[in-house]
Amino acid sequence: MSAAVVTGLGVAAANGLGTEAYWRATLDGRAGIREITRFDPSGYPVRLAGEVSGFVAEEHLPGRLLPQTDRMTRLSLYAAEQALADAGVPAAGGLRYDIGVATASSMGGFEFGQRELENLWSKGGSHVSAYQSFAWFYAVNSGQISIRHNLRGPGAALVTDHAGGLDAVGHARRQIRRGTPAILTGGVDGALCPLGIAGLVSTGGYTSRTDPDGAYRPFAADADGAVPGEGGAHLLLEDRDAARARGAKVYGELAGYAATFDPAGAPETGLRRAITGALRDAQVVPADVGLVFADGTADRAADRAEAAALAAVFGPRAVPVTVPKTMVGRLQAGAAALDLATALLALRDGVAPHTAGVDAPAPDCPIDLVTGSPRSLPLNCVLVLARGRGGFNAAAVLRRSQQ
Amino acid sequence: MSRRVVVTGLGAVAPGGTNLKQYWDLLSSGRTATRPITAFDPSPYRSRIAAECDFDPVEAGLSPQEARRMDRATQFAVAAAREAIAGSGLDLPGTDGERLAVSLGCAVGCTTSMEREYVVLSDGGRSWLVDPEYAVPHLYDWFVPSSAAAEVAHTVGAQGPVALISDGCTSGLDAVGHGAELIREGSADVVVAGGTDAPISPITLACFDAIKATSPRNDDAAHASRPFDATRNGLVLGEGGAVLVLEELEHARRRGAHVYAEVAGFGSRSNAYHMTGLRPDGVEMAEAVRVALDEARIAPEGVDYVNAHGSSTKQNDRHETAAFKRSLGDHAYRVPVSSIKSMIGHSLGAIGALELVACALAMEYGVVPPTANLHVADPECDLDYVPLTAREQRVDTVLSVGSGFGGFQSAVVLARPDRRTA
Amino acid sequence: MTTRELLSLDDLRRILREAAGDDDTVDIDGDILDTPFVELGFDSLAILETVSRVSREFSVALPDEVVERCDTPRAFLEDVNRTLTGV
Repeated sequence: MSAAVVTGLGVAAANGLGTEAYWRATLDGRAGIREITRFDPSGYPVRLAGEVSGFVAEEHLPGRLLPQTDRMTRLSLYAAEQALADAGVPAAGGLRYDIGVATASSMGGFEFGQRELENLWSKGGSHVSAYQSFAWFYAVNSGQISIRHNLRGPGAALVTDHAGGLDAVGHARRQIRRGTPAILTGGVDGALCPLGIAGLVSTGGYTSRTDPDGAYRPFAADADGAVPGEGGAHLLLEDRDAARARGAKVYGELAGYAATFDPAGAPETGLRRAITGALRDAQVVPADVGLVFADGTADRAADRAEAAALAAVFGPRAVPVTVPKTMVGRLQAGAAALDLATALLALRDGVAPHTAGVDAPAPDCPIDLVTGSPRSLPLNCVLVLARGRGGFNAAAVLRRSQQ
Repeated sequence: MSRRVVVTGLGAVAPGGTNLKQYWDLLSSGRTATRPITAFDPSPYRSRIAAECDFDPVEAGLSPQEARRMDRATQFAVAAAREAIAGSGLDLPGTDGERLAVSLGCAVGCTTSMEREYVVLSDGGRSWLVDPEYAVPHLYDWFVPSSAAAEVAHTVGAQGPVALISDGCTSGLDAVGHGAELIREGSADVVVAGGTDAPISPITLACFDAIKATSPRNDDAAHASRPFDATRNGLVLGEGGAVLVLEELEHARRRGAHVYAEVAGFGSRSNAYHMTGLRPDGVEMAEAVRVALDEARIAPEGVDYVNAHGSSTKQNDRHETAAFKRSLGDHAYRVPVSSIKSMIGHSLGAIGALELVACALAMEYGVVPPTANLHVADPECDLDYVPLTAREQRVDTVLSVGSGFGGFQSAVVLARPDRRTA
Repeated sequence: MTTRELLSLDDLRRILREAAGDDDTVDIDGDILDTPFVELGFDSLAILETVSRVSREFSVALPDEVVERCDTPRAFLEDVNRTLTGV
């Protein structure tokens, strides 16, 4: 079975638009979290978010795509274009079955959806946009990316809440093994509109802090929830032989992947099985892993469960753990996809980005959290974790590619 | 030795029949379940008809708490999963939960609950700055359809991979294809796979009205869904849920399970053309069919029945007819092709799974369900669409196809596991 | 009967832009009366959205067939204005 490697990255995040801008900001510890500007958040218990404020859709997308796209689809189209360009995939006409699309979604084009709901309920059905039928549905990014770049391989959208970014990439590898040479995958997401924030608020998982500095504090003793955000990453996952044949640069290999579901009442056991499953799939042992990108929800119980799962597999404080999402927020289906991109950049440059804003993990979280500043590390193998509300767990192992 | 995947249990919540037996009675009799909408007052809308499920969650065995917590689409999926598991004879407590997975398709999620809550939070659409004070505790779960897959997983005790597949109107087919792949690659031995959707709500009606996709034949709801008929004028919205218990062949044989069919092949392609439009040539759907038949190692001539997408739009019917000719050659003219959407409408992310359940039952009973309401032939649709009445016929191999917004084209092949393969 | 405001080509240009967005590669300010919508880069959804906006703005009910029947701006304007004047 040929390996699946990542040959292209495209990133849109609150602290940087474009892969290298994002990576520089992340290593510099520059966060993109601010008070929400897209609506007046003063009446909401969640007022901070990671908005991709530097993104002006008109500068990146044809005008004809604007009336029919939600903001998260525009960000997704931007990141997809970047990933394909980065991979050096030539634009092609004809029946291009050699590239498919598998993206993660959570709430769909939600701001677009809220606007059309408002049109319907305040003005009537004739005011609902002709684009509503697909602009808010969960498959919209996969469809729009496929159309824009003439990608006719298998198309899919996966929804597993915050675990989606990894599950989409796992799905992409499955399609490669079934014979499609490359899949444009990952996830770009966001629902920073009033209705979306109301949904996030209802989970109790987001902080009501108003000072952006260190607001999102995973594994800290005083953690009280995450900060929402928008953005994420798209990746071109490619069959290694196909990538070699066209002389593509390779960021790393998706060496292992596993997904599990929590049994009622025992969240850490499902995550632990996902970790061990991904390690087994990659044929590596815990000692091979040089860095872990944690899910890091900043919910005390969930953080303890994650730390316990890591300690059970690796031993207490035995492996560096980081949550650079602290700088951009939790991006729903985009979160784990962005972590994968960050992990590949960490592998490339031999440096672990830090968990900005957190001084030290709580005593009940026995992990070696990378805090304060980035840590230089010889990295060969990195683990990325993600969990979704309801019981979803996913883990992926990325490995420096043996060229 | 590669792992093979078989269907050992079926469950359905469908319009006109909220369990498997009633569902099959409807399909095999050629009756239709499309009617004027009763769920709310549809009078402001262009299309005011749908195929609704007469579904009572408590009657279906859900607890009052479950009924309150779960959106209607989730309720359909959970009820169908329970029926499918019960029928499969699988001993859940004796099944390794870590080897049990869920793959659920859904196109528009918990739309009904989402819209209802939006109306409350926005004070009837008056306020863009919705008031989170009025939010119910489950609000987020109604915004993310993954909650439906999670509820099914909790219901059956799945601890393996669980995912919601949302590929528009191919979601149901793709979820079964994905589920089969989980078994083949060794990630699970049993997968609860299927599709669900409950889209009959004002916002869905309005958005289909806006693109004139739904039929305005409001004065004759029972005969409004007319796939392949020259007088068709749009799809009729439906709702429902269906689940297939997929099982590794040896796992099923060891416990002496009844096997309906093997999931022999799956293919999916994108048309990279248009979010809602289809090219008339059907090239990408034909390619999906070719991939599925290749994987099943079945020649086009080996297909005994084609379950069509047949959504009752001119665009689809022509696209699909071309795709069958392209992929099946002359056999396209000989094989019976029918669309059960004529009877149960188009339930978006559920329909692919409902159709696969119908295909498994067609194999089980040797009956091809008909295309109801097909009276006037469209000269451009010149295949055998099994008009009006079901046909008794041995069915060993079925091809089921779907086509969805976003350009997705999918095909699943079901076949008897003891067939001879090339 | 009262005279109703008719749909002008400039109205149509504006509404097309609102409905479907601007495309730098297509100039719709030129002589487009007889250029098929498809060649101007407007697909069926764009026309459906345009019809919907015209209906709202001019308070006129346009039949479903308008979309299929009118493949150029000239045909569309004639059709809509025929409906508006009740001829």
